[in-house]
Formats: sequence, structure tokens, C-alpha cells
Amino acid sequence: MTAPASTLTLDLVSASLVARFPDFVTADARPGFSGFIVKKENLVEVATALRDEFGFDLLSSVTGVDYLAENKMEVVYHAHRTTGGPGLVFKVQAERVDPVEVPSLIDVWAGADFQEREAWDLLGIKFTGHPDLRRILMWEGFEGHPLRKDYKEAFFEEETKPYKSRWPEGNHTYAEFKNPFRDNLNLPENFSLDNYQPQTEDQLYFSLERSSQKHDVGREKEMGDHMVVNMGPHHPSTHGVLRVAVELNGETITSLKPVMGYLHRNHDKIGERNTYLQIMPYTDRLDYFNSMANNFGYAIAVEKLMKIPVAERAEYIRVIMTELSRIQNHLIFIGMLINDMGSMYTPSLYAFEERELILDIFEAVSGARMMCNYFRFGGVVRDVPEDVLRKIKDLVHDRLPAKTDEMERFLNENEVLVARLKGIHVLNAEEATHHSVTGPCLRAAGVPYDLRRADPYSVYDRFDFDVAVRYNGDMYDNYLIRFDEIRQSLRILEQALKQIPGGPINSQKPQYQVRVPAGEAYGRVESPKGELAYYVVSNGKPNPYRYHVRAPSFVNLTAVETMCKGVKIADFVVLLAMLDIVMGEVDR
Amino acid sequence: MEENKYEGLNLPNYNIPEDIQNVVSVTTIDRLYNWGRRWSVWPLMFGLACCAIEMIAAQASRYDMARFGMEVMRPTPRQADMMLVSGTVTKKMLPSIIRLYNQMPEPKYVVAMGACASSGGPFKEGYNVVAGIDKFLPVDVYIPGCPPTPQALIAGMIKLQEKIDKQSIKKVRWYEKGKVDSNYVPMPILGPDLIDVRRSAEFEAAAVKKEGVA
Ligand code: SF4
Repeated sequence: MTAPASTLTLDLVSASLVARFPDFVTADARPGFSGFIVKKENLVEVATALRDEFGFDLLSSVTGVDYLAENKMEVVYHAHRTTGGPGLVFKVQAERVDPVEVPSLIDVWAGADFQEREAWDLLGIKFTGHPDLRRILMWEGFEGHPLRKDYKEAFFEEETKPYKSRWPEGNHTYAEFKNPFRDNLNLPENFSLDNYQPQTEDQLYFSLERSSQKHDVGREKEMGDHMVVNMGPHHPSTHGVLRVAVELNGETITSLKPVMGYLHRNHDKIGERNTYLQIMPYTDRLDYFNSMANNFGYAIAVEKLMKIPVAERAEYIRVIMTELSRIQNHLIFIGMLINDMGSMYTPSLYAFEERELILDIFEAVSGARMMCNYFRFGGVVRDVPEDVLRKIKDLVHDRLPAKTDEMERFLNENEVLVARLKGIHVLNAEEATHHSVTGPCLRAAGVPYDLRRADPYSVYDRFDFDVAVRYNGDMYDNYLIRFDEIRQSLRILEQALKQIPGGPINSQKPQYQVRVPAGEAYGRVESPKGELAYYVVSNGKPNPYRYHVRAPSFVNLTAVETMCKGVKIADFVVLLAMLDIVMGEVDR
Repeated sequence: MEENKYEGLNLPNYNIPEDIQNVVSVTTIDRLYNWGRRWSVWPLMFGLACCAIEMIAAQASRYDMARFGMEVMRPTPRQADMMLVSGTVTKKMLPSIIRLYNQMPEPKYVVAMGACASSGGPFKEGYNVVAGIDKFLPVDVYIPGCPPTPQALIAGMIKLQEKIDKQSIKKVRWYEKGKVDSNYVPMPILGPDLIDVRRSAEFEAAAVKKEGVA
């Protein structure tokens, strides 16, 4: 190889990758699919080469697809470079026997940790070499792996929607009436409560450090006064229903494991039963602060599959809405962060005041404050009327910059706040990329990786803006970068509002049932929380064969253990706030 | 509905001279009791999903639930009067919700906010979703919407106040003798699926039947 790795284009990468591993890397030749199929025995070797020689330092997503008819399971990896450029897809196929085994990539990219656990939980793919392969979204002891194609939910009616019971025949009955227990219940045969032993949570506690060192006789005394504390799922500061098991030595955290799934609403499984358009409102409910950004990613994924253009005006509307959403999200972040630091309510009330104004705009264009369901394939659903545009202009030119200034003036030099935040380490660049952290936390660690620049989508390449980046990686930088991003968003908005053309708002005719050719697509956007991506596999039917959400909040949480080891428990709450997680997205 | 309308503390048809209206009130024990309770419903600070964000918005300055005496969100169930189930109830979360409910002292109310808490909503068919909190807890008010707007939430809260107005201290369940725990809900078990222990006999019967067939 002559060129430095980071300047290689994707074609060159493909060529040199196949040349480097001719025996166990082949191109994925299925129509509509791309990337490589790697032999599972050599997966770790190839992945290491990709990271070290080809510069793919960020593992974006790991997920599985169950090809029941072909009797195999596929694990799909998406790797990116933090220097920018398109991503690389590679896949591993395994025989669909019990258990399905694939080597774990956790040693190559630590960001694989939770995603592999998720694939184990929902698809039953066993990642050999994973040190802590427990269920992650469902509870230990749950029967079955729900995302397998042969798993049927208790309220199962038909493989795909629209259901005949509702349409066109329309003899709707309650789902409850079809289940023997008249409830959402799937009990195994011969289940009896008398001789049932509920699972305990031992495994979780054993995964904490203390337990693994228990048998270390010399250290027993030293470890003696360690204490395990459970925070959540009902805890006022964990931003919803997250639970963490923390092991403490005095006030210092020695080990920590997040426990999630308390809001696991089965987006993936429901999505596979829905038609393409029916999924759109579900994406609203992922990160419920930013329904516009969620719509964006999904629309891009499906448009890629359908190979359709997006109407020019709609592109601008999309950008405007997403950037407004980002401002609103970061304002709430600041309010909530200060809330978590103990200054209850007042700062967040300021944030909510501005948020309401932005929600008014969303309501005016889409009809809903939070769950906008605004994007359609090829455009958006309704045009933005002239008076709403004027309202947006007022906000962007006058009100929001002034209010951001005001907030900065109030807060950024506040001694208490600065003392509380400055110098407390969150993540450095290496830790962040290794754990696949994206979004503001990665940029505050000094990595200028922003998809709007790194792999521009929509019309972001037409705007003049800077990628907000800070270099200390401490809490104060993580906090300040939100203000930087608000300012950049305002810059983008100003330009977008000036440039927005007239014309149609959708390149397609409005339709309920879109025709999507077979293939796969990975649509990713820079959501306010990080890289939000949708992996959609189509087999040409009206419903996606596989629909997977790569949620930034979920993947960012992988780093929480690294972040929190050795810090005081009081800082933990603030550190968690820095990640800006939303449970709807973490658990999906 | 007219006769249930809130009319203030005073009994109607008693003429109190104008100059002492601020100091004297003619009322009943029931009215006094409910008057105090209806203006100080303390919700449990507890958010489950997207609806919780609208709940926060309703607490914030624009909608300001404090006008109805409902601003004191308590993180601990022991100080709360009302559980606002604001979001999707999942099977994994349910035991925690029931534990919280059981820890709340009487008088206590449950409000199901949004489609999810009322019936499972858009996620009803999910394998990890409970189709409505009313399968386990006695719900007093249902608020439709996905999410209900803050206005709708406030309307629901006013409905709850109306319900409080109608209660009589002589009949409320929490003063009935020998019925202290009348609202205790046994904890469900997270087994192969969510198991409602109140229905164990039914499961038993189903298992026996299947064995008989086999
Ligand atoms: S009712 Fe709608 S908004 Fe409320 S929790 Fe359910 S999905 Fe979210």
C-alpha cells in the first residue's frame, strides 16, 4: 500500500482488502447488497486489519439478521473512519444451529460490547470471547429470542401488516381474544408456577468487579467494605428508567454496570411487521425530544433503497426542522444538566420556555408538538407556510441568539458551576472512539467527527459552518460544546432560510404503499445525540425484512463504565447527564 | 354532571354577610376534607417514556400545573398522592411500578396518561409491553393522546379533582375498618414471560389441560 490509509477511497479499500485476504474475504454479490462477507474463523484478524491498517477506527453498528429460509444468521458490521468518508460494511454468516456462534469483536472495538449483547438477547447469536454476554434488553430467564423470524409474539396476528382483520375486511377483534390467557402472554408448555424458580440477578452482580475478585484471598479484606448500590429504574436523575448497579468503595465508584430494557418497546420487531410508511411515526418515539432528526435518518435509509431523489425545497425544510430540533435538544440538555447538579427547576424552566417556541413551529407544520411524523420518502408531508417561515426567521435572527447569550452570561461564568465541571474527566479521544461514542461527547474529546461534514447527507454540503470541537474532554468542555453547537445550528439555519427555494415538497406522489426494491441500506444522520442510523433490509415485499435502529444513546452508554470508574458517586449523575441519553432510544 | 361541579368551600344557599365572608365559612366535613385534598395533589415524580416529557412541559411555565396545586413532584412514593403513569409500561418495568404503588400511602390515585398507559398504544403488540396499566392497578382517570398535550393532561387532572370532590369521608376505602390493604397489588414475577400471580390457578389449569392432551 502506498497511499496513507485514511485517504483510500472505498473502492480502493475493497480492492486492497480482497487482495490482502483473498481466502476469506469475498464481496457480497447479492443484488442490492454491498460490502464483504468475511469467514467467521478469520473475523478478528480482518477486523484488526481494518482498524489498524485501513483506519476504520469507529465501529458504528453491530446487528444481526435472521435468514430463516436460507437457514443462516448474518451479523452485519458497519465501520467508519473518524477522519470522514463513507463507511464499510462487512458481514459474517453462521449456520443457524443451536447455538449460533460468532467470535466477538470486543477486543478490537470496545463499542461492540452492548450491541453484541443485544444481538445475543434478541437473536440468540452467541459471541464467543465476549466476557459478559448477558441479556441486555429483556430480563434473564425470558423465553426465546424475539427477533428470530420464527418467534411469534403473544398478540401475533399475521406476518405483515396491514392485517386482514382491520383491512380490507375490517372485522376487527381485540388482540386479547385470540390468546388463551387473554393477555400479552407467551408461556411455555406445561408451565407451572409451583415448581418455577425465578431467576436471580446474581449474574449481574457477579459481573461487577468485586465479585470476580472475591476468591482472591489476599484481597478479601481490602475489598471488605465495598458496597453495591442500585440506582433506578425509578430514580429522579437517571433520565428515565435506566438502572445502574454501582459498586462503591466509600464514595468512589470501583465498578459499574448499567441495566436497561425498562423501556424496551420492541421497535425492531414491530417495524418488521409494519409497512415502510407505518414505521415513520414509530421513529418519532425513539428519541422523543428529536422526532424530526429521527424521521430524517429513516427517510434517508429508505430513499437509498428506493433510489429516489428528494425535492429541493423539502431538503431545506428538513435541514431547518432538524437544526431547530438540535437547538431545542441542547437547550433542554443544559437545563437538565443543571437540574442534575442540584439546581432544581429554575434553569430548566428557562430552557423549556425556548423549547415551547420551537415546538409551536413543529405544531404549525406537522400538527403535533412532539411526535411530528413529518418526513415522507422523497420529501415532507406538508409545506411550510409563509407566516411560519417568518416566525422561524424571527426566532433564528432575534430571539434564540439573544437567549443563548443570556444563558451563557448567566451560567458559563458562574463560579459554582465552573468549579463543579472543570477538570473532571469524561472521555479522551482514544477512549471515545474505541467505545464508538459519537456526537457532542466525541467532539468535546477533540475528534471533529460530525456526519454533516464527515459524510455529508442532504444539502449540508452547501452550508458554511464549523464542526464544533473542544479538546479537554472534561465536563466543562462537554457542557460548553453544546453552546457551540447551538451557534453553528443557528448559522446553518440563517443560510438555509435565505436559500430555501420554492417548488414542490415531494418528488413522489403521496402514497400509502411504497415499492422498495430488494437490498440493504444504512441511513445515518448526525442527530443531536450522535450518529443515528437505520439499517433496513428489504426483500421486495411491502414490509422491511429487517429494520434495525442504531441508536446513539445506546451505543454511547457503552463508555459509561470507563467514564465512571474512580470518580465520586456524586459526579456519576452529572457524567451520565453529559452523555445526554434518552431512554426511548437506549431501549428502543 | 352539573351537580358535581366544584362550587368552592361554602355550602350553597347559606348567606354569609359580606363583611365576614373572608373569615367565616359554612361547610361540611366532606367539603372541607376534599377542598384541602383537591388543591394539593402531589404527583409522584416518575416518568416512563415520551409522555413524561409532556408532563414536564405541563409543569413548566407555559402551562403551569401549579395553578391546580399539583406542582410538588415527589420522587419518593411515600409522599405522593397520585401516580401519573406517563408512558409505556413494559413487562420489565412493571414490578418496579407495582412496588412504587404499594409503597404509596392512602389516599392514592392512578392516572393513566397517554395511549400506552391506557391500553398499550402503538406498542401494544410488542412482546415486552403490558397492554395497559389497568391490568394491574386501579386507574382513576384515563387521558387519551399520544402524547396528550399539556392541556389534555390538565383537563385530566381537573377530572381527578372532580372525582375527589365526590368522595365522602364516610365511605372512602382508606378509612374502612379491616380493609387497610384493600389496594395492595401482589408483585408479578418475571419468569419465561410476565406472570401475574393473581392468576396462578388459571395457569395451573392450562398446564394440566395441555398435559392431558399430550
Ligand atoms: S402514548 Fe405515545 S407519547 Fe405516550 S408513551 Fe406511548 S408512545 Fe409515547
